[in-house]
Amino acid sequence: MTVEIRTKSVKPLTNSFGHLQRRFGDKPATRYQEATYDIQSSANFHYKPLWDPEREMFDVRRTAITMKDWYALKDPRQFYYGNYTTTRAKQQDALDRTLDFVEKRDLLRAMPADTRALIEHAIVPLRHYEWGANTNSAHVAAYAYGTAVTSPAMMNTMDRLGMAQHISRIGLLIDGNSGESLLASKTTWTDHADWQPLRREVERMFVTRDWFEVFIAQILVADALVYPLFFQHLDSAIAAGNGSALSSLTDYLMRWYEETGKWVDAVIKTAAAENPENKALLSGWTVTWRDRLVTALAPIAQSTLGNQSEDALAAVVAAFNTRAAKLGLSV
Amino acid sequence: MAAEGNAKPAKKLSLKENYALLTRGLGWEPSYEKQEEIFRNISFEGIKIHDWEKWEDPFRLTMDAYWKYQGEKERKLYAIVDAFQQNNGQFNVTDARYVQALKIFINGITELEYDSHRGFSMLAREFPGVGPRIAAQMQSLDELRHATTQIHTISQYAKYFTGMNEFPYQFDRAWYLSIPKSFFEDAVTSGPFEFIVAISFAFEYVLTNLAFMPWMSGAAFNGDMATVSFGFSAQSDEARHMTLGIEVIKFLLEQDPANVPLVQKWIDKWFWRGYRLLSLLATMMDYMLPKRVMAWNEAWEIYYEQNGGALFADLARYGIKPPTRAPETIAEKGLVAHQMWSVFYANRDAVGFQMWLPSEEEMDWMSEKYPDTFDKYYRPRYEYWREMEKAGTPFKNTTLPQLCQVCQWPCLFTEPNDPTTLSLRETEYKGETFHMCSDGCKDIFDDTPEKFVHAWLPVHQIYQGNCFLPDVDPTAPGFNPMYEALRYMGIKPGVDGGDFKGSADATNWEKWTSRPANIHEGAYTDAVRDTGNQSDVARKAV
Repeated sequence: MTVEIRTKSVKPLTNSFGHLQRRFGDKPATRYQEATYDIQSSANFHYKPLWDPEREMFDVRRTAITMKDWYALKDPRQFYYGNYTTTRAKQQDALDRTLDFVEKRDLLRAMPADTRALIEHAIVPLRHYEWGANTNSAHVAAYAYGTAVTSPAMMNTMDRLGMAQHISRIGLLIDGNSGESLLASKTTWTDHADWQPLRREVERMFVTRDWFEVFIAQILVADALVYPLFFQHLDSAIAAGNGSALSSLTDYLMRWYEETGKWVDAVIKTAAAENPENKALLSGWTVTWRDRLVTALAPIAQSTLGNQSEDALAAVVAAFNTRAAKLGLSV
Repeated sequence: MAAEGNAKPAKKLSLKENYALLTRGLGWEPSYEKQEEIFRNISFEGIKIHDWEKWEDPFRLTMDAYWKYQGEKERKLYAIVDAFQQNNGQFNVTDARYVQALKIFINGITELEYDSHRGFSMLAREFPGVGPRIAAQMQSLDELRHATTQIHTISQYAKYFTGMNEFPYQFDRAWYLSIPKSFFEDAVTSGPFEFIVAISFAFEYVLTNLAFMPWMSGAAFNGDMATVSFGFSAQSDEARHMTLGIEVIKFLLEQDPANVPLVQKWIDKWFWRGYRLLSLLATMMDYMLPKRVMAWNEAWEIYYEQNGGALFADLARYGIKPPTRAPETIAEKGLVAHQMWSVFYANRDAVGFQMWLPSEEEMDWMSEKYPDTFDKYYRPRYEYWREMEKAGTPFKNTTLPQLCQVCQWPCLFTEPNDPTTLSLRETEYKGETFHMCSDGCKDIFDDTPEKFVHAWLPVHQIYQGNCFLPDVDPTAPGFNPMYEALRYMGIKPGVDGGDFKGSADATNWEKWTSRPANIHEGAYTDAVRDTGNQSDVARKAV
């Protein structure tokens, strides 16, 4: 039996904020809509930024991409701070159980020395790749136009710090919390020949100013090559001889990558469909960065995957090209 | 079984060690690109940093801990917000005047949180050190949280009351909202070091308690469950932000003695700008809260004179002095609330919230709180205006006020030690005259005139004809420039602002709640039931 609880009902004067009504009509708004649309200031700026006096504080001219409405670049995950943090907290709880399982049984330290050395050489240095991605993502959050982009970009920035720390934990699980693998992997990242071409490209992104190009280089292209190459292909190769202990930890990274991909795809697809100039620019950047990054990844792929490396990279690139074509890019 | 050479049990890590391992080594010295090409904004202000590693992380939060801690806070907060909405909590506040204070909050404050998110995301990108960058990143995300929770909380009020429905639009256009807008834009358009001294130290560390206490206690005293909840939930974020503020100052001062005069200049500037911005709270505390928490002068004594005094005594060892214009803020603490309320009242047809004259009971409270100033200067003014209201010829200002080039308040303040003489300052720059409200604002203008000549002064813009919507024809018969300027600002003329008595908010409130819209004046309409205490209050007030 259900009992109808009577509450006093007063008809509201309006169902949502004026700026949301103009976009979606006079109906109740979602929390994502309330937290996102039209929140960034867009008119009557007061001062010339000392760090960029030719443009306004928030300015559409910080990228060559153009949009009639920057709020068309919405996030299909509909993240606002509240559901973002609760989603990540829940995922972290699950991950903590896995980390605990692996740590209690010393599963990574029980691996053969050459496998541990391989993880230290080829997985742990990616913490620095993630820190680079954090920098690049912060660049998008800082200089992009409109809350629809800056808000998920800031969340992505923090995600990258989280991923860097997760990869660091893999290092600590290998070195028994001494931190030696982290120290070693930093030298590997800054000095070892296998990694220098990739570090070179990450640093090239640091001096790329157009925020949309940075988005393409880092969040679309580099991630789409790095994540599958290391956390699928290399991970499978390691699992083949050593069981799935490492995979239980890289699975988190892949799931995060797939979830983030929904946002990335929506942004690129919408921007590319906006006008032919956008499509040409986005396609050009995608091809340039893809070619640079594929070349940059060849040495580390070669030294870790050996004779499988060419096939692995080719498979990663083929999957990426298919995805890019679906987003409306000519690659 | 552990493999050979790996048999030692895994070391147990303290939180501090864990944080250090997971964080500090992440950055590297770039070699393919030049450091100055990667971090382009950190040298032009003249601040010298020799060792970014000396930065002491104030929080030591790893991301997993941040997500869990913040996620838990959000779960609790949204449970309350949901219950508030389900139960029409907006009708549980003291009276409909309280809602006018919320209008100032959503229209004037929420957008600052977003600007702050952007300002900190720029630091998150531009600082070379890992520690300060992570601190800035977390604060950037926190600020996004504050904007978001404020919108989600106040949206319920916006559905039932006027004047809250166009907050982003009004923020960019309404003449009095250029006070907060220009404040934060000044900070974001500065260099990264000035920004962090301005916001993290001068604003968050020195002044934030002053903003937090009256808003949140005021909300609690007046039954606003939703605002209290987001306020308390934000408090632990604010505690982190304040810690960042003091760490920043110490870091900058310890890095190089040449940083001291720059930091001092920014403290002087941003203390004054922050004070001018926050003194808006003076009117809220003294006039807008139906149930009052404390008076502005009392709050200034506790939160600046005592706490700030101790802080600056502590910073003296670095060669830092208290802000140059602090004496003025103390001298005028008995004046500002009354002067601001008078100007808003006089311009009530041009603002997006409604105004009223204080009741007898409220004036008695102010006499008690401000024994040296209220009865002498302001009570006679309000009594005279009440007579004019009764006579059917209420006092109104029909022109727009002269704004200060720096803080953008109307030039409404008096000389700090002479409440009968208006304080006006001017400076000539490149053949033009610029007007300021005070010595504090004149100092700022004179130091960086090139920046402040660009200020978008709304009153100037209105009079230059730049504030009309595209459908407006100024040559059409019956063209009303004030009406049209208000429309441009997103203010509904005659609805959002004006006299509280007779407003849609007051009338709806009594219809919906059967309680008086102004507890100090008694019922405006027949919708109010004559019950118990409320009518006693009303009778006493009449």
